[in-house]
Amino acid sequence: MSDVLAITDHRQGELRDVSYEIVSAGRDLADQTGGDLHLAVINGDVDAFAADVNRDGVDAIHTVDEGEEFDHGVYAQATAQLYDELAPQYVLTPNSVNGLDYAPAVAADLDLPIVTDAVGLSADGDALTVTREMFGGKVETTTDLEGQAIVTIREAEWAVAEGDGDAPIEAFDADIDEGALGATITGFEEVGGGDVDISEADVLVSVGRGIEEEDNLPIIEELAEALDATVSSSRPIVDNGWLPKNRQVGQSGKVVTPDVYIAIGISGAVQHVAGMKGSDTIVAINTDPNAPIMDIADYAIHDDLFDVVPALTEEFQ
Amino acid sequence: MKILVTVKEVATVEDEFEIDGTEIASQYLSADLNEWDDYAVEEAVQLQEAGIADEVVTVTIGPEDAEQTIRQALAKGADRAIRVWDDALEGVDLLDVGAKTDILQSVIEDEDPDLVLTGVQSGDDSWGATGVALANELDFEWAAVVNHLEHDLEDGVASVRRELEGGIEELTDVELPAVLTIQTGINEPRYASLRGIRQAQRKPLDVQSLGDLGVDESAVEGAVTLTDMYEPESESDVTVWEGGADETAGELADLLRDKGVVA
Repeated sequence: MSDVLAITDHRQGELRDVSYEIVSAGRDLADQTGGDLHLAVINGDVDAFAADVNRDGVDAIHTVDEGEEFDHGVYAQATAQLYDELAPQYVLTPNSVNGLDYAPAVAADLDLPIVTDAVGLSADGDALTVTREMFGGKVETTTDLEGQAIVTIREAEWAVAEGDGDAPIEAFDADIDEGALGATITGFEEVGGGDVDISEADVLVSVGRGIEEEDNLPIIEELAEALDATVSSSRPIVDNGWLPKNRQVGQSGKVVTPDVYIAIGISGAVQHVAGMKGSDTIVAINTDPNAPIMDIADYAIHDDLFDVVPALTEEFQ
Repeated sequence: MKILVTVKEVATVEDEFEIDGTEIASQYLSADLNEWDDYAVEEAVQLQEAGIADEVVTVTIGPEDAEQTIRQALAKGADRAIRVWDDALEGVDLLDVGAKTDILQSVIEDEDPDLVLTGVQSGDDSWGATGVALANELDFEWAAVVNHLEHDLEDGVASVRRELEGGIEELTDVELPAVLTIQTGINEPRYASLRGIRQAQRKPLDVQSLGDLGVDESAVEGAVTLTDMYEPESESDVTVWEGGADETAGELADLLRDKGVVA
């Protein structure tokens, strides 16, 4: 009972990156427990997915050929049945929107503890230490538990597993109770279209919660105009309806890779950083010197945006 | 129909703070209504205003101090509130998902709502798991990370959108009774009006102990223990420009000229 079972994530016919990352996380953990790493591929073109994710360090792959797209009922039932069959020490799932839609149900069903959004894992005998963040990334914590557990891992935190593996791929005959599936997916829709594509911009002037009020947005727009740049934003600005959804940078918005990204009044929550860390040069303007954005910024000004932004605009007018 | 909303009072942290053991020293903390729960309360109140919900009840696990936050939810339009507290909960560093689920499950079974709304996560410990775990225990259907809910709830079905990564939304029909975890941006939470605040003082706020709920005290211990808290190590090699706003803006302007952003 020292094995690790990791569940992959896919959407609309493609494995998501976290599926390769969870191989790395799972391998690390299995090395510490001295067990095997089992992967599960549920729904969709399971054989193609299994071949694709068969990377170095995987010991076995189980395919569950039940339906095309994610269904939390199928995932929850299949995961619980795989757990019963394989008796792993730990089950890992992505801390993705879909991971959070079934992993807690599996934990409750199997009466296992669940720790979500792990950024670090360390096992010692029967004990597991999970590193995670609290207070929006202001602090890191360690949480300990004994025995078996389910852990959801943060995306983009572990390396993508490389190298061809030769793990046996076996179909797992899950017994899915169709009557227990009370949610039906009726479609997918891409949001945030419109006339501006921030993912194409060379220079982004991006605004966050620090702008305080919608009435203050013109100072950002004036700067963008002076720089011939495009205005983007972090999530709260869009949630407040101050800018349309197509301006949102982040995990649930757009991924951007401009030459220059100027983050104004953005603290840098992990979901935001996921969308902009590929920018060539990152400049942060924020009063808080400890804001997480400072960890990935190349240049920073620890000052009030209401002083700095107009001064900067003036430089170019 | 009856809607139950889980409401948490969360700690918010100042920019500069100190850690005391496994918690942030109390002088750097303030209390607030969890941001995600604010959207969940708003969604429930809008369903009530649309004539769909007859009653909106909130449930909070928290000490007496949390009543200020609970009254905020009442002032925004919830009809009554339940607060769960017990000596056994004093001094618990971390209430894990299993412990929260046990306590909330008992309240929800007593109340028997048609719809349970929770925030996607809480702003302090960010588990993001309690709503779905609850649904499983209640034998309710569920949907996580909901950013749109059709308000007709026709034929006992909630048509929702789930906000996936990368600007994709999933459209899903969920049979009631159900738990939906509510994402920010689903609506525009209202400010409590003065009249609402006055009315909130007179709305029922029922306090229950674990014993009242028939929950064993051992439930609060959970399986997960918080063992350490520290400031994350910065791997940053950021260049910080010092000086007044004119000076720092000048440095940034020079950089932008160097990069060819502006002539």
